[in-house]
Amino acid sequence: MSALIQEMSDKAQRLGIPLAVQLDLTYRCNERCVHCYLDHDDRGEMNTSEIKDLLEQMAEAGVFFLTLSGGEVMMRRDFFEIVEHARRLSFCVKLKTNAVMIRQSEADRIQALAPESVQISIYSHRAEVHDAITRLPGSLKRSVAATRLLVERGIKIIFANVLMRDNFQDYPGVQALAAEVGAEFTIDPTITPMMDGNRSILNLNIERAQLQQVFRDASILGTSPQEFCALPGGPPAVEDAQRMLPCSAGHTFCYVSPYGDVYPCVQFPLPTGNVRTSRFLDIWKHSPQMAEVRSITMNDLPICSTCAHGGGSCSRCPGLAYMEGNMRGPSSQDCEKSYVSTGVVTAGMLIHREAHSIAGLVHIRNSTERPHSPQAV
Amino acid sequence: MSPVYIARTTEVAARMLGGEMMIMSARDSTLFSLNETATAIWQAADGVTPLAGIVQQHVCANFEIDPVTALRDAEELVEGLAKHGILKVSDQPIVETK
Repeated sequence: MSALIQEMSDKAQRLGIPLAVQLDLTYRCNERCVHCYLDHDDRGEMNTSEIKDLLEQMAEAGVFFLTLSGGEVMMRRDFFEIVEHARRLSFCVKLKTNAVMIRQSEADRIQALAPESVQISIYSHRAEVHDAITRLPGSLKRSVAATRLLVERGIKIIFANVLMRDNFQDYPGVQALAAEVGAEFTIDPTITPMMDGNRSILNLNIERAQLQQVFRDASILGTSPQEFCALPGGPPAVEDAQRMLPCSAGHTFCYVSPYGDVYPCVQFPLPTGNVRTSRFLDIWKHSPQMAEVRSITMNDLPICSTCAHGGGSCSRCPGLAYMEGNMRGPSSQDCEKSYVSTGVVTAGMLIHREAHSIAGLVHIRNSTERPHSPQAV
Repeated sequence: MSPVYIARTTEVAARMLGGEMMIMSARDSTLFSLNETATAIWQAADGVTPLAGIVQQHVCANFEIDPVTALRDAEELVEGLAKHGILKVSDQPIVETK
């Protein structure tokens, strides 16, 4: 993050401005990705005028970075009308798409709208793997063809490569494909639960050894593995913990669903209001749920504030913690990442183990079972 | 010396944040923060008012600054912003800003 963007973000936080918003235009999609956290039925999307009105309210509230995502954004017939309106309102627009509906004419229109970037989901450089994940035959070919059209027009493209067990081995291939077509490359090693809390897709997550491999690959870390995997600095001092905020969710960022529901983040499905019944800024400023999220500092996290990783090396997601049942608790997926990167057990893992040990007191062990070793995870 | 005309391009994102104008160029994602005088020039860049007129009406009239220095500073600012595709500059009025 550049110094100026950091400064801008700090200022927005001080002033209580929602600097960035992700607005999902639809949950409908032409792909059926195996790991998707969304339900693709249309349960009453905002119409064009509702979305335009919302964009005007957001501009007035000070939103600068606007990410338009879905579902597949281009499933909406009014997609270009919405983006045109957003650009007239001077938002910095980022688009997330699978790009399969982008041909010459769409690429021309996107170029004219000057988005900051277009993020395209690519799961493998091999069609048989990518298309098996999207469950749309020919999707890789179409996404890559669209990428070329957009790159030719000078648009910044980012390949987003979600890692799962079935495509893990292909990320170097996607990285090479990105370099070949002139796209940037980013990976996401975390499959998150579905918005309704269903956790069945979590079994698609990569294994611990694979995550270790990712965390030791300098080509994707953006820093050296030594630095990335450095030992944690210990729990934060109390005075530091009072100032440490979990992340930007609810502070300078929020998420709006196609139905107008406002949440602190796309991964934090805590309902805070609906723009069909309240003004966007009223929800942002006055929702009790937003206020609760905003009030939480590291000191309010009973487990994480005692954790060796709590001083800064942990990237705890409060939304994932919320989906595990407690927004002030640890997120087991982030504990796993912290452990894998450093080899140091987290406080959340120790608590979890204790809970299991207590449960162990009331079940009958067979003679071959051994108690947990203190350092085993 | 022929007049200089400036117009805001459509390839930028812009928002006032706590009294400062934040502008991002879509061409290279460079982010700029404009101070009050630069913001006044940016907002007045309509493509038809010459830069000297903008400086006179929106800078000299509102800030205590010598007109020669103000115009020189404005020309430097305009040159910098034009390099990043944030402003269009021409010696003719700019009617079409797309």
